[in-house]
Amino acid sequence: MAIAVVLALLVIGSVLFNFLTPWTFTPIASNWGSIDAMIIITLAVTGIVTLAIAVFLIYVLVKYRTRPGLKAHYQPENKKLEWWLIGLSSLGIIGMLAPGLVVYNDYVTVPEEAHEFEAVGTQWRWMFRYPGDDGEFGTSEPRFINGQNPLGLNPNDPKGQDDRIILANELYVPEGRPVKALLRSVDVLHNFFIPQIRAKMDLVPGIVSWFWFTPTVKGRYEILCAELCGVGHYNMRGHMVIAEQEEFETWLASKPTFAESLTMGTMGGLIEQGKALAEGQGCVACHSVDGSPSLAPTWLDIFGRETTLADGSEIVVDEAYFRESITDPRAKLVAGFPPVMIAYDFSEEQLDALVAYARSLGADSETTEPEAATDATEDSSGASDGAISLAERGEQVASQNACSGCHSVDGTEVIGPTWKDLYGSERTFTDGTTTMADEAYLRESILNPAAKIVEGFQPVMPAVSLTEEQVDALVAYAKANSSLSLEGE
Amino acid sequence: MAYADDAEHEELHEPKSFWTKYVWSQDHKVIAIQYSLTAIVAGMVALTLSALMRMQIGLPGVIDMDAATYYQYVTMHGMIMVIYLLTALFLGGFGNYLIPLMCGARDMVFPFVNMLSFWFYLLSVIILFASFFVPGGPSGAGWTLYPPQAITEGTPGSGWGIILMLISLAVFIVAATMGGLNYVTTVLQARTHGMTMMRLPLSVWGIFVATILALLAFPALFVSAVMMMLDKTLHTSFFMPAMVSLGQQLDYSGGSPILFQHLFWFFGHPEVYIVALPAFGIVSDIISVHARKNIFGYKMMVWAIVAIGGLSFVVWAHHMYVSGMNPYFGFFFATTTLIIAIPTAIKVYNWVLTLWQGNLHLTVPMLFAIAFILTFVVGGMTGLFLGNVIVDVPLSDTYFVVAHFHMVMGVAPILVVFGAIYHWYPKITGRMLNDTIGHIHFWITFIGTYLIYFPMHYLGVLGMPRRYYAYEGYDFLPESAHDLNVFITVVALILGTAQFLFIFNMLYSYFRGKVASPNPWKACSLEWLTPDTPPAHGNWGDKLPVVHRWAYDYSVPGAPDDFVAQTVSTDEVASESATDDELIELEGHQPSET
Repeated sequence: MAIAVVLALLVIGSVLFNFLTPWTFTPIASNWGSIDAMIIITLAVTGIVTLAIAVFLIYVLVKYRTRPGLKAHYQPENKKLEWWLIGLSSLGIIGMLAPGLVVYNDYVTVPEEAHEFEAVGTQWRWMFRYPGDDGEFGTSEPRFINGQNPLGLNPNDPKGQDDRIILANELYVPEGRPVKALLRSVDVLHNFFIPQIRAKMDLVPGIVSWFWFTPTVKGRYEILCAELCGVGHYNMRGHMVIAEQEEFETWLASKPTFAESLTMGTMGGLIEQGKALAEGQGCVACHSVDGSPSLAPTWLDIFGRETTLADGSEIVVDEAYFRESITDPRAKLVAGFPPVMIAYDFSEEQLDALVAYARSLGADSETTEPEAATDATEDSSGASDGAISLAERGEQVASQNACSGCHSVDGTEVIGPTWKDLYGSERTFTDGTTTMADEAYLRESILNPAAKIVEGFQPVMPAVSLTEEQVDALVAYAKANSSLSLEGE
Repeated sequence: MAYADDAEHEELHEPKSFWTKYVWSQDHKVIAIQYSLTAIVAGMVALTLSALMRMQIGLPGVIDMDAATYYQYVTMHGMIMVIYLLTALFLGGFGNYLIPLMCGARDMVFPFVNMLSFWFYLLSVIILFASFFVPGGPSGAGWTLYPPQAITEGTPGSGWGIILMLISLAVFIVAATMGGLNYVTTVLQARTHGMTMMRLPLSVWGIFVATILALLAFPALFVSAVMMMLDKTLHTSFFMPAMVSLGQQLDYSGGSPILFQHLFWFFGHPEVYIVALPAFGIVSDIISVHARKNIFGYKMMVWAIVAIGGLSFVVWAHHMYVSGMNPYFGFFFATTTLIIAIPTAIKVYNWVLTLWQGNLHLTVPMLFAIAFILTFVVGGMTGLFLGNVIVDVPLSDTYFVVAHFHMVMGVAPILVVFGAIYHWYPKITGRMLNDTIGHIHFWITFIGTYLIYFPMHYLGVLGMPRRYYAYEGYDFLPESAHDLNVFITVVALILGTAQFLFIFNMLYSYFRGKVASPNPWKACSLEWLTPDTPPAHGNWGDKLPVVHRWAYDYSVPGAPDDFVAQTVSTDEVASESATDDELIELEGHQPSET
């Protein structure tokens, strides 16, 4: 009777397992407890029926096992019994389907008061967007995607200018407010899934899909990709933070708008900019910065590190290798890491910032002086810890903040006055007044350009947010480009 | 019937040479064995791939495997198992062997095309395996081959791998069509004298309806393969929207990835019933023979097979609840999916009711059939979770789905395959499979598969996603979940190794097995009544059998033995003292024609 015994053990074991298992629902952090309830209802109905069938099966195996003299009953069919069974089964089915469709109806009916965020999936990370003060998202298309505009937002759509761009793999949502997640992919299928939220939906390139939920429990939750999207699928992680409304607003305000992100008007010096890039572009998702083991080589003490490549050759990491690894990661893969890094078409300035940031993480006393990719002035000190002259620094700030888009240094008048021989010259303004262009004037022109408009130029210079250090650097740069001088400065 | 009369007068052109007997054979029995052996070899390769996959999941680092390789194994394992093993074995293997014999025919109605069907199938297997050796390796897009990733960089094998995969599928579909036309036409046209449709064993009904499904569903896969091939090679945009790929703008636009999913699953859902329906039919026959009892509710069983077959065409988008399709489709497909559970439930009740009040011989085939009932019920029930759209939302793309489809497609039908081979081996080879090895194989397989897939459902409830190469560093997964992965891997390795017992049994018994009598299980259906065992060319000798009753006259009151074969007329079996009631029963149950 082994089969009956084994069946009984498996069935009893399964029932016990069901009630004792540690592997069950993650603690729910959204309003979709009704989905959990549906799972319980389904488990109850199917569990009871399975148990009934199994018990009957075991009974039958014991009672009707063959023995001498036993003869089977001859009964081709029993229509009445069959119709009863059909009827009862149908009731069970309706008992699961009806409540299920009621809850599903809630799932596809977005509350009117829901606000929205956009989650954009790309191989293999998450980007997010909130609408700006206008409450509306700008349009987007893959053809707009480039290094400056990874979300592919339409730069000509005014509605998109104030959208908040979040390039880090981390999204904040305010607790207690229903939110509709608009989902978009720029490449292949992905799926936005947070187990504690229960809801999920594919991201499909070419359309915008959605689902909604109300975050109910504060905390930091992992976002998982739940649709096979290539070799990096298992590692396409992100985080969602459910926060108080105030904390959410502070976080949101710290994110650049689309317009700002286009001009690279990020705050801070080169190292801070590198850090912001590294976090925003997702580098730190794979490259740890503290030496801990990660999915890609750690950036701590990376410069000067002896490294074995996948083809067996040995190199010492220098700036050229670091830059190449960003723009063409397949060229020299490090042994022991999967070849999943995509190429980033950063500008030279962005690469400079990343190099500076990586350097700042540790000493690299073995390396020779960094090859300057930007036009460094001749008195570059080239010291191995990355210190450069203030004027050189100013040149970097100028290009990173698009000053050079309007102000040349070679005398040509573009949109704004050239910086060649600006410092120390006499300026005439549109209101007829004049002044000597001293440091104070330069500072004011940067921080409050509308105060004095130089005659012959349009009042189109945007305000820029720069730190004292950056302004100092620009002033030094302007001075370095001037053959004029002023007494006392 | 016209066929039966002609078949008795036509000359039998028996093949004479080794090549025409065993290689270029047009005999359905040889073709069946060719199909089956090829499918089993393919299946062993796929089983090995799954062992490697489980090594990566449960014991990462023990084998040096990168993510790309893992995804290639996942893809090839799935595709081989579903198409090249299960479909080929049930239709090409069991269908070819059983249909002519159970119908009382000499062979299939188009024997030459039937032979071509096998060689095209073999070619498709060779093409698929060739993708292991091309630059970039085989496709790693998952057996579902979803675009855009199936043909873009970032997915392994998106070069030659996917091209060979698509060509292989197209060639397989040609093979399946050639075979399918044979099976359907033979059942409809080549039944012997007295063999009405409602006297056919359920094995035939299951394979017959499954074949109709195949003929109607495979074209959807065929066109999607062609369209994807065009997207890949000619840069059309059937399935490809405007997109970037790893930082590069691609020159596609306007296509729909969801269109592929609709086409694929319009094929894909009937496909799982193409695997399941033959299993349902075969298990009905195994149970009734070894329980010495007619299948309970034969007519309802036939209708259930037909209803399941028909309904299987209107449930496909339950694979797409979170695909981004119009959400309102969810209401429709959840309803149809849960409706299809009802005829399926009827079949389960009827199997158990066949055992009830039976005379149960717990032979190895019977043990496999009983194990099928339990595992199919468990696997089918979890289908009710996934079919109910809102319940599917958290569970889709998790290990709940993996556990469900393995239980209901990978465990239950495979148990039927084993049971069926143990059941029919004596007819095919003239020898019995070794009973002791059979029992050991059975227990390890049944308990092993249950221990693997039952707990796996709970990993899905936890939210553990499928198709992940690694799970390290996810905070929401408790340490114990990783422990369960280790456990599952260990059981899987033991289970996989144990299958060699079965292979050994088949080979050993062919040469050294106990010689079998022509009808060792004392079964009623025609295949056991051939004059020769194994059946000779032409199956029946000069005269085709004449059928007087259905295939399930077991333990008929008044009969001298506990079975009355289909060819036995009432006169032959009634004793002089038979009562009127007994005579009525002995006349043979006639499920009314429809």
